[in-house]
Amino acid sequence: MEKRFDSAALFLPIMGVSLVLLIWTGLSLKVAPDLPTPLRTWYESQNYILNPFFKDGEMNQGILRFSFLSLIRVAKGFLLAIAIGTPLGFLLGVSTNFNRAFDPVIQVLRPISPLAWLPLGLVIFKQSEPAALFTIAICAMWPTVINTAMGVRSISTEYLNVGRVLKLSPMKKLRKIMIPATLPYMFTGYRLSLGMAWLVIVAAEMLTGSPGLGGFLWQEYNSLVYSHILLSVLTIGLIGFGLDRLMSVVERRFKTA
Amino acid sequence: MGYLELRGISKSYVRNARAPSQANGKLPVLRDVNLNIDENEFVCVVGRSGSGKTTLISLIAGLIESDLGEILLEGKPIDGPSPDRGVVFQNYSLLPWMTVFENVYLAVDAVGRNLAKAEKRERTEHYIRLVNLSAAMKKVPRELSGGMRQRVAVARGLAMDPKVLLLDEPFSALDALTRATLQEELGRIWMATRKTVVMITNDIDEAILLADSIYTLAPGPGATLGPAVRVDAPHPRSRAQLGGAPGYQRVRRETVSLLVTGGKDRAGHGTPAQGGIALN
Repeated sequence: MEKRFDSAALFLPIMGVSLVLLIWTGLSLKVAPDLPTPLRTWYESQNYILNPFFKDGEMNQGILRFSFLSLIRVAKGFLLAIAIGTPLGFLLGVSTNFNRAFDPVIQVLRPISPLAWLPLGLVIFKQSEPAALFTIAICAMWPTVINTAMGVRSISTEYLNVGRVLKLSPMKKLRKIMIPATLPYMFTGYRLSLGMAWLVIVAAEMLTGSPGLGGFLWQEYNSLVYSHILLSVLTIGLIGFGLDRLMSVVERRFKTA
Repeated sequence: MGYLELRGISKSYVRNARAPSQANGKLPVLRDVNLNIDENEFVCVVGRSGSGKTTLISLIAGLIESDLGEILLEGKPIDGPSPDRGVVFQNYSLLPWMTVFENVYLAVDAVGRNLAKAEKRERTEHYIRLVNLSAAMKKVPRELSGGMRQRVAVARGLAMDPKVLLLDEPFSALDALTRATLQEELGRIWMATRKTVVMITNDIDEAILLADSIYTLAPGPGATLGPAVRVDAPHPRSRAQLGGAPGYQRVRRETVSLLVTGGKDRAGHGTPAQGGIALN
């Protein structure tokens, strides 16, 4: 790795961001007068950023409070997704028959949008919070399912032969060979699932009106405070980026071979 | 009756559909292979690549099943893979997420489930010491050289406490110098453990250095074993010693000629060739 300071690495991203801010300003001045300029967005949002923990009612809180509420919701949905998705993926990878039986179902369920699942969740659970978790979990689980199944299928015969020669019990084989061999694939799945869960949170909160970044965004749209939409959008993007970085650090730790 | 016995073993693989030169669509790899190995004997099977060597070892290990014939260990037919036929695989097959200790411990634990933990640990350390790797016990395979990895694989094979140790071209992936060291070390380890060993190799000198009997596998398809060439020199042997010994060239010549004609020359079948090396 190059240790020397690389000025282009700093300069080019700054230039990219400036260019986007310029286009944004141009758009709000010339094309879409309702779109606040970057400067106006900052003025109208600074209270939320500078006092990130204030609370003035359910739907009027500092940006970090909203972020926290959304993150908790995503964490629950994500944990539910991997708790169901990992064993499901394992079964699909281990058993050809199981795979034949359920692969078509999965292929059909996978492309369904969160916007379609949410009303169904509301019908099933009658309450917005479980419906939101249901939606996050069912949308976020597929990358985990598919990557885990692929990981199990690509366990090297060499490793399995070691297990056969040693006559390991099924539990031992699972714990000592199959799970460790699949772990890198599982974590790739987890990273993608977390990204998906974060995508879904906004839709889930918008439709259920729960306090959080998505709920705030939708409320401010209805109250015509457009700068706060931009504040929410940018926060969502930054947090999503942070989560992905975090997960790829974890993922890299599990690359064994 | 031998300790390990192969009776009329034949094995074919389903042939690639695009190369239908064989009428029944099957590619015979081994045909009517017979082998008798005594307890504590070190046997080498020499053959070129593609002659079915790995198929032969996989059959004895029980990882694949033969089409015809049977394999007996202590007079009983084998039934699938088992630690009593411990395998050292060609590409080591160490589990990369485990340390050297854990890789060997897995084998100790598998064959000695009822032992106390301290006893299992003691045994694991014993086998690692036997292959001179005590210093690398806590390392993972990724941190080891090819030669060290193969030592771990040998330690794991021995840790299964097998009745027969199967070695599938264990040194073929190593550089010549490491290979020479490990060959002599294997001779030393064999002296210390006196296991029955079947080793597959493509290196005739390696076979002469280590084996009591050498069998040749004529080039496939449909390879069969030639008669045994006895190497009657006392163990442990060293390369330097062997090179100048009077019988050495004769054993070597005989093995090479069997490699060329082996399978087809049925006349010599069953009558062991005499090829003792006289060492003083």
